Amino acid sequence: MPGLGTSLGRGGATTAQQDLVNADAILIIGSSMAEAHPVAFRWVVKAREEGRALVIHVDPRFGRTSAHADVWVPLRAGSDIAFFGGLIHYVLTHDRIFREYVVSYTNASILIDEGFQGPEDLEGLFSGWRPETRSYDATTWQYELDAQGRPRRDPSLTHPRTVYQHLVRHFARYTPEMVERVCGIPRDRFLEIADRYTSCSGPDRTATICYAVGLTQHSVGVQIIRAAAILQLLLGNIGRPGGGILALRGHASIQGSTDIPTLYDLLPGYLPMPAFGADSSTLSRYIVRGRTRTGWWAHFDKYIVSLLKAWYGDAATRANDFGFGWLPRISGDHSHQGYWLDIADGHMDGLFVMGQNPAVGAPNAALERRALGKLQWLVVRDMVEVETATFWKDSPEVLRGELSPDRIGTEVFFFPAAGHAETDGTYTNTQRLLQCRDKAVEPPGDCRSDVWFVYQLGKRLKAKAASDTRAWNDGLRALTWEYPTAGPHEEPDNESVLREINGYWCDRGATAGGRDRGSKPEPRHEATHAAPSTTAGRLGLGAAEPADDHVQSFTDLAVDGSTACGCWIYSGVFPYPGDNRARARSPHGPYGHGWGYAWPADRRILYNRASARPDGQPWSEAKKLVWWDERAGEWTGHDTPDFPKTKAPSYRPAPLAESDAAIAGDEPFIMHADGLGWLWVPTGLKDGPLPTHYEPIESPVTNALYRQETNPAALRLERPDNPWARPQDPDYPHVLTTYRLTEHHTAGGMSRTLSHLAELQPALFCEISPELAREAGIRHGARVRIVTARGRIEARALVTARLTPLVVDGRIVHQIALPWHFGQKGLVTGDVANDLIAMSEEPNVRIMESKALLCRIETTSEVVATKNIS
Amino acid sequence: MPSSFLRRWPVMRQLLDRTDGTGAEAMSERTRTLAPKTAGASVARSVCPYCAVGCGQLVFHRDGKLVSIEGDPASPISAGHLCPKGAASYELLTHAARETTVKYRAPFASEWQTLDQEVALDMVAERVWSARERGFEAERNGLPLMQCRNIAHLGGATLDIEENYFIKKLFTGGLGMVALSNQARI
Repeated sequence: MPGLGTSLGRGGATTAQQDLVNADAILIIGSSMAEAHPVAFRWVVKAREEGRALVIHVDPRFGRTSAHADVWVPLRAGSDIAFFGGLIHYVLTHDRIFREYVVSYTNASILIDEGFQGPEDLEGLFSGWRPETRSYDATTWQYELDAQGRPRRDPSLTHPRTVYQHLVRHFARYTPEMVERVCGIPRDRFLEIADRYTSCSGPDRTATICYAVGLTQHSVGVQIIRAAAILQLLLGNIGRPGGGILALRGHASIQGSTDIPTLYDLLPGYLPMPAFGADSSTLSRYIVRGRTRTGWWAHFDKYIVSLLKAWYGDAATRANDFGFGWLPRISGDHSHQGYWLDIADGHMDGLFVMGQNPAVGAPNAALERRALGKLQWLVVRDMVEVETATFWKDSPEVLRGELSPDRIGTEVFFFPAAGHAETDGTYTNTQRLLQCRDKAVEPPGDCRSDVWFVYQLGKRLKAKAASDTRAWNDGLRALTWEYPTAGPHEEPDNESVLREINGYWCDRGATAGGRDRGSKPEPRHEATHAAPSTTAGRLGLGAAEPADDHVQSFTDLAVDGSTACGCWIYSGVFPYPGDNRARARSPHGPYGHGWGYAWPADRRILYNRASARPDGQPWSEAKKLVWWDERAGEWTGHDTPDFPKTKAPSYRPAPLAESDAAIAGDEPFIMHADGLGWLWVPTGLKDGPLPTHYEPIESPVTNALYRQETNPAALRLERPDNPWARPQDPDYPHVLTTYRLTEHHTAGGMSRTLSHLAELQPALFCEISPELAREAGIRHGARVRIVTARGRIEARALVTARLTPLVVDGRIVHQIALPWHFGQKGLVTGDVANDLIAMSEEPNVRIMESKALLCRIETTSEVVATKNIS
Repeated sequence: MPSSFLRRWPVMRQLLDRTDGTGAEAMSERTRTLAPKTAGASVARSVCPYCAVGCGQLVFHRDGKLVSIEGDPASPISAGHLCPKGAASYELLTHAARETTVKYRAPFASEWQTLDQEVALDMVAERVWSARERGFEAERNGLPLMQCRNIAHLGGATLDIEENYFIKKLFTGGLGMVALSNQARI
């Protein structure tokens, strides 16, 4: 998500699903939307049937999404930047840019440092490459500053060092011919798409891009999203109705689990985890690194102090840096794959797995399963005995006789989990919308929520720490852990947790610090929902009115320790006791305001200031969303403005202005220090300021664009148990890509045990083209073996014209598509597709490349001499 | 005038009323009094637990038992629709293979044994505590590290934001664990 975060300011979908009906064109790429997100896809169908939107599907496989599209075009998996680069090239060379938007709202006119050199000059690398550390020094990627320290600009876009001219040069070689050569899309076909898509943008037209993990699970995943963002910025499609980028996420609260990150490198609300060394000494040094002088991140200090107050309560004081010193520092690759290799190498003792099934779902699943046996103890919480819980008993390795329980010393605890209707809780969906679930029934038997489990564990550990006064237990002792409980299992009251996430005033009696509640309350959209919304209220518990100490917005948060807030971007979701807006269910208007709560501040379309011209008036009547009401002196419209409500379009910052006061009234990207959308990313990315086509780590062809073959900053994590095919390896001639089925969910823990779903999709299969079937002598329905450098699995062959061979760089490339939901347990079983996938790490987010690998396919009767892959 | 008893017989009604047998006259007493299984049930508003579209669900329940889970027509996102997975979520909560007891596998054992939940929690807390004793590094090269390096966590994208918050707060803010990960890549 840094692809969106660095380009636009926030790592979240810019738009709402309902807004697809306003689009004139919808480009779906890296997503089988109709199959993986069927109910979201109804908006695409509606847009096409009622709004006559053009729908384009770009995907290696013809699926139900393609069947509902005006155009389907297959491309070679892993060639997405070449495809987007081709579209960007087309936009630049056919005068399709939305010029006024680009000049006013993006950094196109800013000049870049004189020392910059790009892939054109350096055979595919950017200046600043340090081969010894395999990383970039980004000094030469920076803006050129004038004497006052402001970026130098050329609004005519003609200066050769403007971002715009850099784009023109960088994408010059992404011609239709090059797209054909790299992606396997015939030139004329590509030109047709380019013309049709890019003509659907402008003052009175807009187009949306929808994507899923087909774009992100690559060694260049973040830069693929960057390329999509550049295209949308050039076409003026961000912040406008029917425009934007809709990231389609695959788990109920996957957006929520990055907003409140159970991830190693972030704290809640996208604050960075402190890093060892640089941030180690004091809170002020950490703030200096994280805070920007201008733009919204100038408030960084308030958010970290309020988080520390939420975690450490009264023990967090100005004198002790609010407990900053109790936070751990990150000191290496603590990501999933990074620490899993540590497990495999015997460096970790214990592991909690909560609602995930890596024995099936993780890349190089065989490596992951074997690693589990190196742990001293493992805790698994799930609704069924997933493969991860019983790796010691019935993993493929045990079933094959390679391992046996009596040689596996890991202690395993299985705790059954409560289901979604058995607890109160809040999910954040794919459009940043927080929606609360109400508990319907008690969970059966020992089943409990994870809130309950972590609460119980925390109570026990805090009890141990209470009598242990060593300094490194100070944080654990200070950790605030008092929550009201209710029900037969003494479940912590979910809304008391949400209150802490929302934020509260530490001193209820305080009147200082801007706590002037009576003067001008924010307008409340869902004044209509009347039912008591607190859990206590619904259960009829406690007559006493809950403390009225909630903050109403992140603008209330303070740096002096007077506020506590567990996740600043969610601030405002629970502004008053009894007014949990994630629970609101009275929708009104085109964006469903009054139903749930979208972060930040219930803004449904991000950067929506860009839906108006620089002077504040709509670009067109057809595409009006938010505009400046001169008489009222405020922004108004169909959405909550993603902009200071009373900042006039004509506002110009004073010299040396700070924070949001430094952002002019016509600069919509308020999270960025310059208020602009970033076509060029000077800081924040580890593999270049512009997206560049590199081949996947395993590729059937060499890089036609540059001498540099693969992303130089990506990690292969190569080792004997994670081997790679050689470049253009003749043993593995075909491209392998994986995808989801409608009837199963991720690693199968929530679907393979259900009878209806199991009946609908009873077996693992792979899709191959009739041409490949002929070439390899494979009959439809036959059992085949798919082999990669990591492993081999068996599946039934689905011979179908949904897959088609492509001509790539003058040779035929076959692609094989494989669903990945199966494992050895449940009502329906199958080999683990992810045994074929390698671990690898994209440099920015350490995502694995699982959508473009190399394989071969064999009939199972055939005896073929193969490498020993065990 | 046939007796009301005879009129309860659908064939008789069709003969008498000269209807074609496709309307209310074809109903038996039982059919007439049929009610949806959700009639009279309580309803809780919920959200589908599968993908991130966030379809609204109505969870019908009676006497502490689930009755049915259906799409919520009022949802501005899903307007009552559910996909095959969402439509199967009643079974997700009620199917026979769902685990409802705590289980424990001792080192080198070939089978599970059952364990009391409180005992299991005590055992996990013991193991966390002693692992942390071994793996906590308060300083490195004279600089604070405050890191518990030998315990890891995985999972979160299928959990509530409140659950993610508790995990992050206790594991990172309290215990000093850094090896936290889930299905998302930021």
